[in-house]
This record gives sequence, structure tokens and C-alpha cells, in this order.
Amino acid sequence: MTAFKRLDGRKPEETRKMEAKVGVVPNADGSAMFSFGDTIAIAAVYGPKKMHPQHQQDPEKGTLRCNYSMLSFSVSERIRPGPSRRSTEISKITEWALEPILMIKKYPNMVIDVHINILQADASTRCAGINAAALALAHAGIPMKSLVSSVSIGKLDKQLVADVNKDEEDWEEGEGATDIPITLTPRGEITHIQLDGKITSQELKEAIELARKAGKEIYEVQKKALKESSNPEKK
Amino acid sequence: METSKLTGKRIKEYLFQGKRFDGRNLEEFRKITIEKNVSKKAEGSARVKIGNTDVIVGVKLDVSEPYPDSPNKGNLMVTTELLPLSSDRFESGPPRFPAIELGRLIDRGIRESKFIELEKLCIKEGEKVWSVFIDIYPLNNDGNLIDAAGIGAIIALKTARFPKYDEETGRVVYGEFTDKKIPLSKDIPLIITTHKAGESIIVDPTLEEEDVTDVRVTIGGSVNGLIFSLQKGNSKELTIEEMSKILDFSEKARKKVFSEIERYLN
Repeated sequence: MTAFKRLDGRKPEETRKMEAKVGVVPNADGSAMFSFGDTIAIAAVYGPKKMHPQHQQDPEKGTLRCNYSMLSFSVSERIRPGPSRRSTEISKITEWALEPILMIKKYPNMVIDVHINILQADASTRCAGINAAALALAHAGIPMKSLVSSVSIGKLDKQLVADVNKDEEDWEEGEGATDIPITLTPRGEITHIQLDGKITSQELKEAIELARKAGKEIYEVQKKALKESSNPEKK
Repeated sequence: METSKLTGKRIKEYLFQGKRFDGRNLEEFRKITIEKNVSKKAEGSARVKIGNTDVIVGVKLDVSEPYPDSPNKGNLMVTTELLPLSSDRFESGPPRFPAIELGRLIDRGIRESKFIELEKLCIKEGEKVWSVFIDIYPLNNDGNLIDAAGIGAIIALKTARFPKYDEETGRVVYGEFTDKKIPLSKDIPLIITTHKAGESIIVDPTLEEEDVTDVRVTIGGSVNGLIFSLQKGNSKELTIEEMSKILDFSEKARKKVFSEIERYLN
């Protein structure tokens, strides 16, 4: 990597400081917090429980229902509370990112609700949300094939970087900023990918590789959080 | 009506052998038919048919306040209403996820490509800018609404003319058109969705085929290989190799679709 300077002094492949903790919402069947620097997400799982209304029940498999939402004061300019087009889309994207790892066939006619709230936002909120949600599902004891780890790869001018923050997201020099949130299983299967910006396919392939590397680190942080929760001494 | 399991299974078997019910190969689009200026009231419009899929796209222009974070740029709004008339799967009422997603996919493809030169739509910084509304309505849904909407949107934008603007009152005089066109760049965003069904990768599925596909990736990109927007849809994982294959597949499809619609872009 060349001497590319990130605004906060990180190396290109370096994520912000990550923290993860499970069991943050005692009422929930499973819950977790995940943060990338100043981006903080919490997720709570309720269920599996009987799906209501009844006509939405699926006799072949359970339903995963995610709800992503940002607190009104999580960003500088207040956002109106309640669902928006953006949050509706991210909720669905989150369902798609998580469903492949859940053994959801075990729960016909049931629903698993995952509520994700962004307490504080400094970009990459959907990724933090997905990381928290994966932890919360594991904490709830839902049978899963694996976890997923999510990170947003950025292309700032020509340089690929891991875990973009808000200042980087607004990068305007050169080719500007391209934002690529990616979610992967530990085996490197992509369960979610989005992109906004301008990039060649070759660069995109490199971005996916970078996500894979960053994903491994995130996975370690997630695993550690789960282990700590099952260790009664640390509770 | 949902596609039956038996039909679905058969479709997958066919795809596995590289065949489709309608005789196309896996990377082939259905016939694309384009009609420009289908609405006299809209500033720009187009009707796009891909096989039996039929979509109408209208562009309206209005003068309004800019967004606080872009005081010197025009606004862009893309909305979709999935008309119940076009399919027994759509119901009336407030937009649900599929309608929201379709609008946002087209919005991002166009916005990120910088196809519309929004900074040229500023009338008075921080006070008055032109707003471009792109509204998408399917008239018949036989699969691949996204790509049809994407083609419709760029052609409708190309055909659009500004309405008369009264500088004294600061209002648009609707019904009177000028010759002025929307400032558009050369980076035409082609929005193409590639699907994976079983092990097969295909483009332009019919509704029946769409029912059996496991995952789709919508890519907005230029004919010369740049990618502006991308979104994976549906809950099925993709390996990195499959993703790579989809990127190549999609790039080819963009070239093909462009060559078919190019003559309508003037």
C-alpha cells in the first residue's frame, strides 16, 4: 500500500476501533451492541414466536423480520422519527444479509423479530447494525450455520479503504468516494453487497477481497463477545 | 398467480441445460420495444416493453427549494407505484418494499452516474432549483420490471423539455414547453439485473423465471465498463467467484442492451 493518508490517520485496511457486547437489552431473547468508532448500533431479537397476523404465517419456514431505524438525534441534523424509504430498504437488505445463515426452516409459522437501532451515526451504520444483529441472533440461541460480518469498503479517489467514516463518505477529491457495504460469512460467501459511486469491475473485485480481510477481524471481535457472555465470571 | 412448484422445477432443469421455455439463451433479452413521448402533459416520457413486460415512465419538472446539503444542485426524485392493474400480485395502498426498492435502484443508478447535471439545475443558490421527478408505473408485469424502468427513465430524461418558467412570479407555467433540454452527461447509466437460479446465471427473466431465481444483482453502469451502483437482492448467498461471473455477465449485457436502445437516445 502507498503512503495514502486517511483523515483520521488509519491505514487503508484498518477498521476503526470495534467494540461488541451481547446481552445489552435484558428484556429481549437475544441482544447485542456493535460499534465502529463513533457508529453505534444495538440489536434485539424477540422470538421465535407465533406469527401474527395469521395469514402471514409460512408453513414451510419461519420468517425473519428486521427493522432498522436511526434515533432522531443520531446524526447532526435531526431525522424525522419513523420509517423512511431508506430505512425500509436497509431493513430488507438486513433480512437478506442474515437469512442465509439462519436455520429458519426449523420454525414454520413463526417469526423472529430483529430490531436494530442506531444510537449514534458516523457512516457504516447498516454494517454495524448487521454485525450487532448477527450477534443478537446467536445470543438468542437461534440455530445458525455461522455468523456474518459486515464492513463498508470505500474507494477514496483511487484508494480502497476499509470501514469508511462520515468524513470519508463525503470525500470529493479526485474520483470522489465510492461506498461499498459488504457482508460475508466466515467462508467468504457474500450475503449482502451494495455500491454507490464509480468503480471498475477490477477495483470492485479487489474491494471484495479487502472486505474479506476486514471481515475476518470483525468476526474475531464478534466471537470474543459471544465467548465473554457465556463465561459467567465475566458477567 | 404464483408459479407452481412443478413448473418451477422444470424451469430450473431447462436453465441447467442452458435453455429457456421461450427459446432464448441465458444471456438473451426478450424483444425491447420503445416508444418515446407517450404523454403530452409530461415534460418527458417513454414506454418500454420487454416481451410482455410493459412500463411507462414520466418526467415532470418543477421549481422548488434545494435540499440543505446541496444548495446549488437540482433535486431528483424517483418514485414507483406498482399498479394493481398490472398484476394480481400488486395491491393498492401505500408503497411497500418492492415499490420503494425499485424507485431507489433507479434513483441511485441515475444519481451516482451523474447522468443529470444537477448543478446546472440551480436557479438561485439556496433558494430555487429545478426538481426532476421520475415516476415509474408498470402497465403489465411479466418480470424484469427494474431493467424496463431503467431504460424508460433514461429515455424519458432524454426526451424531456423544460416548461416555461416565469421569472417574475418565480413559477412554472405548465402546458407551455420550451426547447430547452435537461442537461445530461455522456455517462448513460444502464441498469441491468442479473439473476442466479440454481447454478445458472441469466438476465431478463420472465415473471415465471423470476419466481424461481434465488438471488439477483442489479448493477447500474456505463457501456464502457464503469459501475455506478450495485445492489444484491434476496436472501441467498453468493460466492466471490459467482459475484465475479455476475460482474462479467452484466457488463456484456449492458453492451448488448445499449446497442439495442442507442438509436432512441438521440
